[in-house]
Amino acid sequence: MIRDPVREDKLRSDRSAGDRRRHTQKVKQAIKDQIADILSDEAIIGKSGDKIIKVPIKVHKEYRFVYGDNTPGVGSGGGNESKGDIIPGQQQQGKSNGQAGDQPGTDYYETEVTLDELVEILFEDLSLPYEEQKKLREMKVEVRKRHLGHRRKGIRARLSLPKSARERVRRLQQTKNAIRQKEREVANLRGAGREEDAKKEEEVLKTLKKLLGELLTGDAREKLSGDGKSASRAGRFPFRQDDLRYKHIAIDERYESNAVVFCIMDTSGSMDTLKKYLARSFFFLLYRFIKTKYSNVHLVFISHHTEAREVTEEEFFHKGESGGTFISSGYLKALEIIKERYDPAFWNVYAFHCSDGDNFESDNDNAVKALKEIVKVSNLVGYGEIKPQGYGGYYGSGMMNLFKSQVKSEHFHTVLIKERGDIWPKFKEFMSKDKAREAS
Amino acid sequence: MQPYNLEDLERWEERIKELVKSSGLNCFGQDFELCDANDMLGYMAYSGMPSHYPHWSYGKAYEKLKTLYDYGVSGLPYEMVINSNPSLAYLMRGNSLLLQILTMAHVYGHNDFFKNNETFKHSNPELTIETFKVHADRVRGYEEHPFIGSEKVEKFLDAAHALALQCRRNLSVKKLSGEEEKKWIEGKFERKRDPFANIHKREKADEETVKHALQKVPLEPDEDILLFIRDHNKRLEEWQKDLLTMVHEQAQYYIPQIETKIMNEGWASLWHKKIIEALGLPQGLMVEFFVKHNQVVVPHPGYLNPYHLGISVWADIEHRYDEAKSGNICEEHQEEYKRHGEPGDALFGKISGIEKIFRVREIDRDVSFLRQYLNHKLMRDLNLFQFKKKDDGNFVIEQISDDDGWREIKNTLLKNVGTNTIPVIKVDDGAYGDGGPNLLLKHYHDGRDLYLEYAQKTIQYVKSLWGGNVVLEAVVDGRNCHFWVSENGELKKDCTKSQ
Repeated sequence: MIRDPVREDKLRSDRSAGDRRRHTQKVKQAIKDQIADILSDEAIIGKSGDKIIKVPIKVHKEYRFVYGDNTPGVGSGGGNESKGDIIPGQQQQGKSNGQAGDQPGTDYYETEVTLDELVEILFEDLSLPYEEQKKLREMKVEVRKRHLGHRRKGIRARLSLPKSARERVRRLQQTKNAIRQKEREVANLRGAGREEDAKKEEEVLKTLKKLLGELLTGDAREKLSGDGKSASRAGRFPFRQDDLRYKHIAIDERYESNAVVFCIMDTSGSMDTLKKYLARSFFFLLYRFIKTKYSNVHLVFISHHTEAREVTEEEFFHKGESGGTFISSGYLKALEIIKERYDPAFWNVYAFHCSDGDNFESDNDNAVKALKEIVKVSNLVGYGEIKPQGYGGYYGSGMMNLFKSQVKSEHFHTVLIKERGDIWPKFKEFMSKDKAREAS
Repeated sequence: MQPYNLEDLERWEERIKELVKSSGLNCFGQDFELCDANDMLGYMAYSGMPSHYPHWSYGKAYEKLKTLYDYGVSGLPYEMVINSNPSLAYLMRGNSLLLQILTMAHVYGHNDFFKNNETFKHSNPELTIETFKVHADRVRGYEEHPFIGSEKVEKFLDAAHALALQCRRNLSVKKLSGEEEKKWIEGKFERKRDPFANIHKREKADEETVKHALQKVPLEPDEDILLFIRDHNKRLEEWQKDLLTMVHEQAQYYIPQIETKIMNEGWASLWHKKIIEALGLPQGLMVEFFVKHNQVVVPHPGYLNPYHLGISVWADIEHRYDEAKSGNICEEHQEEYKRHGEPGDALFGKISGIEKIFRVREIDRDVSFLRQYLNHKLMRDLNLFQFKKKDDGNFVIEQISDDDGWREIKNTLLKNVGTNTIPVIKVDDGAYGDGGPNLLLKHYHDGRDLYLEYAQKTIQYVKSLWGGNVVLEAVVDGRNCHFWVSENGELKKDCTKSQ
């Protein structure tokens, strides 16, 4: 028996919809769980937001007891195989007749997302509520122009030809209709024998016809065409001033928030690749997060050893330097740039400084002083000390303790980063401080 | 493409059915249902079942299938058939007439196999569709239950699914009830007057040993892990026990299909070929048939295509038995029989190829089928080789089917078919160790080690079902160790406790 069930589209049930939705939820959760890892990947940091990246996502595997992939399998070949031949790994997968899910290591998704989407997912839980956002420093900016219908007065540039043309035709039509109406009325009156009333109405009709004549040769036409001769345009009729319509444009203003992020990094000899990598992961998150909150984010990179320089992003992350450390130099440079370019009245200033905490002792007082200055003008200032495990603590975390004890402000926080896994939790902790402050 | 309508299909099906009958196939009734690509993907995600309980893993399966289909990596299968009585199969609307004919003939092959193969005897085909429907309704009921809810159900199913295939593989072997098992154990220790006591090794037992053996839970190692947990975890609620039963039953339903994949596909392919050749198709359709047929049974380099392997073995059996009966054995085979001996079958030379294959389709499963009938010559013809993954992700060919290598390849192959791909793990002790009823699972090592990352997660699932500690005894890297998962999810091992 063969059945051909005809189901109308609207009646057809998409039976797997529920299970698919649940699965998608789980994938999203998986992205979220791994996102800190994904984002701190070398290849991603510093890329623009619309960059599409491929993210291998370990989804919820369907775990069961299985054999490892180091057990031999059997395949069929073309007959020219010989012992010891190497088959590239990509082509060779199925030793189990394609039975689903019993081979480990194949259960991952590679999904394509843009960096912006990733960041959105990442910061979903971290975003500030609306009320709090209002407290950010704001400035008025012109956002967009809105078209708000038409008006009779306006500047030439906004003249709307279609609209005006329609008005013109309408005027003509109205006059013609009025004449026809009057003609009927006159005829009716005559028919009823009321000659006097009819005469009166005829007067009105005459006026109307004159008006129509005027319309067809009217004043506006003379003005527009510039000469009195209009024979060539007989049958057409001119625009009048009344017909012209102008677009009305309203300009919306909105309060816009700007932010500048100062990334200050110690590039002295003691900051090796690992430390820099940890620092840059943190900076990356900071920049990305602040970008989701403000429409206009500027980024300033300052690297310092005993003296500070403003550098490009590329240099910031990749150039190594050497020498000793004056932490104050970085802060002073930041202050200088704030003064020059980022008036705190218009800009929300965020500053974050990463260092391994080895400072020349003679500089400590200056550093504290400069830091206090920055804290005064900033929304949030962070000092991150990078101390990967296994690095001896000869110097202890002197700067950290010093800053902690000397700079007492709710705008200032310290973070200690020991390993890659620390970055995301510490970042969350750091940003939640900002949140708390905004709310208070 | 030749246009056709439903009446055409019905006519062809009628003719196929006649040929099926006259060729000796013995089928359930067969229903076909036309569907489009989306429906087909849906059916595939739920193993063809018209109704199935919800779980995200089926959504995942659907997405995976759809992605592969959308990117053209894999076409949809020509057919999807489920083992039920009457059997139900889906035909895809867009397929050509020839594909529909081929599919119908192929489906009848499966149908015959489902009905007659010993492995399927216990699969209750009369109730298949109803059972899955009832399960679906019950699971939905639990999901909507105010005190249970979908989150709990999902979590529980996640864990149950992980263990679903840890069940008995051969359903023809009767599972003893508790009483029967006790008797059997007492019998083991019973002292009989035995004149050959010196030869017959019988475990000597004093009363203490016997008593101990009778107190063990389970009495004999139990392969149905889900059922053991259902019956011995006193804290499970009724709905949880019900879910365990359902998941177990559904897994058992699929075991025969796992066990006979190669035979079953080979059998259906063999018969669609025979039937279509007998149908007397017009030449145009016949050419298309050869193209499609070859696409189905083509060897996939590096893989084992069950259709290809299956039909090759079936055809070889039929050919050899026909040859032997007619007494017209070709030189090559004579040579082979001289060297290796004739097949050890009393009926060899007495029955025809057709008779033989009908017997084989009744009693064998993939492992026994290949062990008996996949001979050296066939392996050479199929160019079977053995490979192993190297550390760098590439594969190295370890053996080819020459005189030295074929036995090893065959053994490896046998380990990779049917349920042999699933490690044998049994409940050894349900009251193991101190501090509460711990569960001791034992892996029966056959030279292949468990994959520990997966074992770790699976042990966690067992823990969540068992509600207590779970220890897995397994041989890894040549050492017998006890594995368990600590409170914070780490895999711990101890290789000193066991010998």
